Amino acid sequence: MTAVSLTVNGNAVSADVEDRTLLVYFLREQLQLTGTHIGCDTSQCGACVVHLNGRAVKACSLFAVQAQGADVTTIEGLARDGRLHPVQEAFREHHGLQCGFCTPGMIMTAVDMIRRIPVLDRATIRAELEGNICRCTGYQNIVSAIEDAAARMAADAEKAA
Amino acid sequence: MIPYGFAYHRAQSLEDALARLAASPDAKLLAGGQTLIATMKMRLASPSDLIDISGLADLSFIRVDEKNVTIGAATTHAEVAQSAQVRGALPGLGELAQLIGDPAVRHLGTIGGSFANNDPAADYPAAALALNAIVRTSAREIAAEDFFTGMFSTALDDQEIVTEVSFPLVMRSGYAKFRNPASRYAMAGVFVAQGADGVRVAVTGAGSCVFRQPEMEAALTARFAPDALEGIVVDPAELNSDLHGSAEYRAHLVAVMAKRAVVAALRA
Repeated sequence: MTAVSLTVNGNAVSADVEDRTLLVYFLREQLQLTGTHIGCDTSQCGACVVHLNGRAVKACSLFAVQAQGADVTTIEGLARDGRLHPVQEAFREHHGLQCGFCTPGMIMTAVDMIRRIPVLDRATIRAELEGNICRCTGYQNIVSAIEDAAARMAADAEKAA
Repeated sequence: MIPYGFAYHRAQSLEDALARLAASPDAKLLAGGQTLIATMKMRLASPSDLIDISGLADLSFIRVDEKNVTIGAATTHAEVAQSAQVRGALPGLGELAQLIGDPAVRHLGTIGGSFANNDPAADYPAAALALNAIVRTSAREIAAEDFFTGMFSTALDDQEIVTEVSFPLVMRSGYAKFRNPASRYAMAGVFVAQGADGVRVAVTGAGSCVFRQPEMEAALTARFAPDALEGIVVDPAELNSDLHGSAEYRAHLVAVMAKRAVVAALRA
């Protein structure tokens, strides 16, 4: 067992974890943050994507001990003051989900991609989504949601500037 | 999936990592972990200890001078792909890093890990061999030609840590890869480098280890254009055959990817 301290969704968290505990199990089972899903468990589907120090990573392919001192954001940490994040809002508006299983990972990947690539076209969005699989094959609306969210966030940033 | 138990150590320095390696014969180094952790989860690897070197700031850098692009071993694929310096100096290398795995994998996976693992379908070995890179370790310098010795095997000793890789600058460089659509590993990847002494062509993904293609090198040294490769037939005899494709299919892919790599190099 190793003591780890990290920040999860803005809250300081300390816990003893077995060294072999994957971050995704730590989030889901120890912290009860079950919004982060486990799909393939082999780093292919992207259902477990969270942000580690602001960058999208697959929580099934990272040990909790590696997150010592890190700032982790999960899907539960996106909404602010009872308001959905613009990407969450866009997924709702564009019906960017069918069964919803892949959605947390899709949204965390989308937020990361919009941060890195401010101007997104549909081809870029599709290329950036290659580590996220939707088994309902609902990609059209997922891409539309991300495209719309990116445009809205850019407009908001311009207004604020 | 849960791996066998192990003890985790965060290395405080390169010396600390070397001392821990010396103390535990079954220890493994952990950097990005994007191959190692998957392998451990499948219980195909069971190291007694993991020595995490990802936090060593000395191993994370990109340096470009008039002769080389030098990249620290703990530098992530995303950092290489997003580096304007790398794109400017060696466009093929920046493009190659951008094609590894997916965005989340690139945020953690490191160049040192890719070199040390020498997966037959990994991307970096193609750049290393085509650019005649130098691998620096805690003990010595190793030329890329001598570094990649076979499938998943390298010239590294058990007690040796890759610290940085230097890629010599060339006039033109390009990389093209046909990805396995599920794993995103190379079914065939070809790196083409046009330097003052001629052209070097290295192929990954198609054989058991990265290799050069002398016939293509001669043709492209004479004339650096995609149609200079017309008529060159790649011999499937030594290539991989598996559920993803036959050796003949891979031989065809190598020829097509080589042409695309030349097109990319001319465009950059």
